[in-house]
Amino acid sequence: MNSWWLIIILLFYVGLLFFTAHWAEKRKNNRFTNNGIIYSLSLAVYCTAWTYYGSIGVAATSGLNYLPIYIGPIIVAPLWIIILRKIIRISKRNNISSIADFISLRYGNSRTVGALVSIIIIIGVLPYIALQLKAISETFHLVTDTTLSKNFLTDSTTYVSIALALFASYYGTRYVDASEKRSGIITAVALESVLKLVFFVVIGLFVTYGVFNGFADITEKASKLPEFYEKNTIGGIPQALNWFLLILLSMFAIFLLPRQFQTMVIENNREKHLKTATWLFPLYLLIFNIFVFPIAWGGNLLFEGANANPDMYSLLIPKSLGYDFLTILVFLGGFSASISMIVISSISLSTMLSNNILIPYTFIGRFKKEDEDNNAKYIVNIRKIGIFSLIILAFLLYKFFGLDYNLVSIGLISFVIIAQLAPAFFGALFWRRGSKKGMITGLVTGFLICTYTLLIPYGLGDSPLSATWVQDGPAQIEWLKPFALFGLDYLDPVPHALFWSLLANTLLYLTISVSFEGNYRERNYAEMYVDIDQYNNNVEDVYVWRGTAYRKDIEKVLIKFLGEERTQRAMAIFNKKYDIDTNQELADARLVKFAENLLTGRIGTASAKILISSVVKEEKVTLTEVLKILEESKENIDLNKKLIETSRQLKSLSSQLKNANEELLMKDKQKDEFLDTVTHELRTPITAIRASSEILKEDDELPTELKQQFLDNIITESDRLNRLINTILDLDKLESGKQKLLLTETSLKQTIEQAVEALSQLIKMKGITMKFSIDSDSVIYFDEDQITQVLTNILSNAIKFCPVTNGEIQIELIENDDKIQISITDNGPGIPENDLDRIFDKFYQSENQNIKKPIGSGLGLAISKNIVQLHRGEIWAKSNQSGGTSLHFTISKALNYAEDINS
Amino acid sequence: MPKILIVDDEPNIIMTLEYTFKKQNFEVFIARDGQEAIEILENEVPDAIILDIMMPNIDGYATLKHIKNQDTLQACKVMFLSAKNKEEDIRKGMDLGADAYMTKPFSLKKMTEKINELLEI
Repeated sequence: MNSWWLIIILLFYVGLLFFTAHWAEKRKNNRFTNNGIIYSLSLAVYCTAWTYYGSIGVAATSGLNYLPIYIGPIIVAPLWIIILRKIIRISKRNNISSIADFISLRYGNSRTVGALVSIIIIIGVLPYIALQLKAISETFHLVTDTTLSKNFLTDSTTYVSIALALFASYYGTRYVDASEKRSGIITAVALESVLKLVFFVVIGLFVTYGVFNGFADITEKASKLPEFYEKNTIGGIPQALNWFLLILLSMFAIFLLPRQFQTMVIENNREKHLKTATWLFPLYLLIFNIFVFPIAWGGNLLFEGANANPDMYSLLIPKSLGYDFLTILVFLGGFSASISMIVISSISLSTMLSNNILIPYTFIGRFKKEDEDNNAKYIVNIRKIGIFSLIILAFLLYKFFGLDYNLVSIGLISFVIIAQLAPAFFGALFWRRGSKKGMITGLVTGFLICTYTLLIPYGLGDSPLSATWVQDGPAQIEWLKPFALFGLDYLDPVPHALFWSLLANTLLYLTISVSFEGNYRERNYAEMYVDIDQYNNNVEDVYVWRGTAYRKDIEKVLIKFLGEERTQRAMAIFNKKYDIDTNQELADARLVKFAENLLTGRIGTASAKILISSVVKEEKVTLTEVLKILEESKENIDLNKKLIETSRQLKSLSSQLKNANEELLMKDKQKDEFLDTVTHELRTPITAIRASSEILKEDDELPTELKQQFLDNIITESDRLNRLINTILDLDKLESGKQKLLLTETSLKQTIEQAVEALSQLIKMKGITMKFSIDSDSVIYFDEDQITQVLTNILSNAIKFCPVTNGEIQIELIENDDKIQISITDNGPGIPENDLDRIFDKFYQSENQNIKKPIGSGLGLAISKNIVQLHRGEIWAKSNQSGGTSLHFTISKALNYAEDINS
Repeated sequence: MPKILIVDDEPNIIMTLEYTFKKQNFEVFIARDGQEAIEILENEVPDAIILDIMMPNIDGYATLKHIKNQDTLQACKVMFLSAKNKEEDIRKGMDLGADAYMTKPFSLKKMTEKINELLEI
């Protein structure tokens, strides 16, 4: 394959990443960029070229040893919900932007600790970045059939590295505040995670099912190769110990690797995304590992005796069989794995380089003089140059030192160095007494042991000095052999180094911390870290600080970095949060911590402290005082929580009162309406009586026939008046609960038939067809008179609503286990949807108050509702699609004569 | 012979009004609701209209609005006759352009006097 073609493809691919990053950056907080899946996939930056190519190499040459590196993270993932959430909370509350900040802040916000951690991390990770560049370079040459060129200008990988460095420095430094989220780059990394997995699975399927006949076929054929069984078992107890240590190593790595800390902690948008990560990330690793075995042993079979590099099997297999397209896919997958690691690692390393080394030790003085614009530009430029030079440095490291070891060993060495942070890091989370002295001694000692047991022997490589030194020990001293310290000779070099370095590191950290107490600031942060859940919303409260500080001075410092407008906004938020009088001149501990936090994202914890200390006058506080203050602030926080709870209760009480009040107002309005309607209803018959009487009184010559008519009028209207009064009294009796039910065992079917019979005259007059669908003849307890009244009310309405011709009423009875439901449906005009619920109100009138409803006296349905409720049933109305109204009501079957229905 | 239209949904009240006005030599038309009244008014131009407010289908207010929109009916005198006797009900009726408002229960004597006054008989 022509190398220019491949470069064009690569450029196109990098362009796609640029585009993705650009697209996502514009859609920050959008559901496509801000979700648990993108978060989990970005964690897969863990799988580098080492996973992609190196695992196959290990599987092919030494069997199952590739597995522990993935088992560790899978085991530890469920714990993320607890541990990682804590780390994320601490980091967010303190605006932490790197793991060096995280550790140094805990140990008294010490500039020394920050720098030390940063240096160790850079030493550990730089060769690891170089390793990725090596992978890109070697695979590039393999695909294009070119050879490595010693000349920079003619070697195409140089340009790939430069392009990468540009991409990372451009997108990695969009914000002055390093604790800001980089949605663009994270989305691009997530995309790469998908691509590398897909391409790996594709080549896996190709080898397993295309080249061979499935897993069984490969296993069967490979089992004839020498050492197949030895390689594919864990081995004896020493080997199990090796495994255990490697698993432990990868457990640490998943927390401590700067790229993991970057993606897991700094770039975490929401705590709930963690939940997705706890299953998706382990699943990702599992899928990745499915095809390592078949590709490795497939390669061993295909290239038996051909002296092929097992790391490159996934490329060599499709290439040797002539599948160019597949070869390029695999290459792009490996490329993705490499560049995600390079980009994220260089971003986090450059943040540490700038915030923990360069700014606090060199540039800090300069910042005091400049204004915001210049400072922001300056900070971004330091980081840009940082990222760019780190990548180029790694490239040079690879070019000059060659890194002649296989992919896995360099990666593991890097892991062991990073693992030295473990005691200090996990101690920070759970142990209050861990001190700066203890952690520095432990860390330095651990690192030195690593240097002795790993860096020096590997650095010496194959030189003759190495041979004697490693094999016989320095100056022939047996127990100083770097790979078998104190005679521990059954561990592999990496687990061996891990064992001794971590043992010394942890013991020193513990014993020195216990023997020499830390200063008050360490203890202060210890409290904040360990109990972060308690202080989650007000870390400023737990910060112990005493001295003299003026708000104006602190504001001046902030303006230099945040600018006038943002400083004022931040101060306003602070004043509001702690209810502070703006006229106050002196600043308190909370403002000091708040201001440090604001600066931390930009220039790191140490520099933030230095800057703020330069404008305030701090007094020493003793350790006992700190503990006392902390105790008090804890009590305050508890008190605060109680206050919040009480105020919440008060709020809910007041809203209940408001609701009750509204209900009363509504009831009052209903009562007014009720009275209005009642008087109207009463006046109508009175009017007729009054007018008829007037005629009878005034007109002496009234013909007898007419006289009779007006007298009839008076009688019917008087009866109507009387009925109305009775109905109102009935309703009142029902509503006030004075009405008792007279329960008798009766057949509901019979009651219905009787009610219909009583109305048969009306039904016949209107020519209405009655339809019955009653399939139950159960005898249950109910008040027959009352239920008859309900049926009569509903039926009379139905009759009134039926059209003049072809009227139809259907009565249906359905029996359930616990109740009986009666439905009465007419084919009239139906009721407007809005009124369906209101027809059971007393004197319901349709929306328009002046339209009289045809029901007549509006009390019928209100009474029915009360009766049904006494029978522990429900009543409701429905308008049918085809026109007409259905009224349904239920009667509970649980009633019996003995019970007092109103109790 | 003056013409009068009585609009009310209570047959017993209509009966008394019908009798009284016929005796006074009015030609009497009867409508049971606003809808019927509007239909009658398409062919007839009465001199006076007695109008209930609370009725099925079309209420008294809407009926009056319709009357006010008809050129041919501008000379009609309209009297509301309603059990709605609150200040605001009466004001609303008069604002809509009624010539008189009488509340139920009412005196037939006063009713005829008022109608005669409106028609200047």
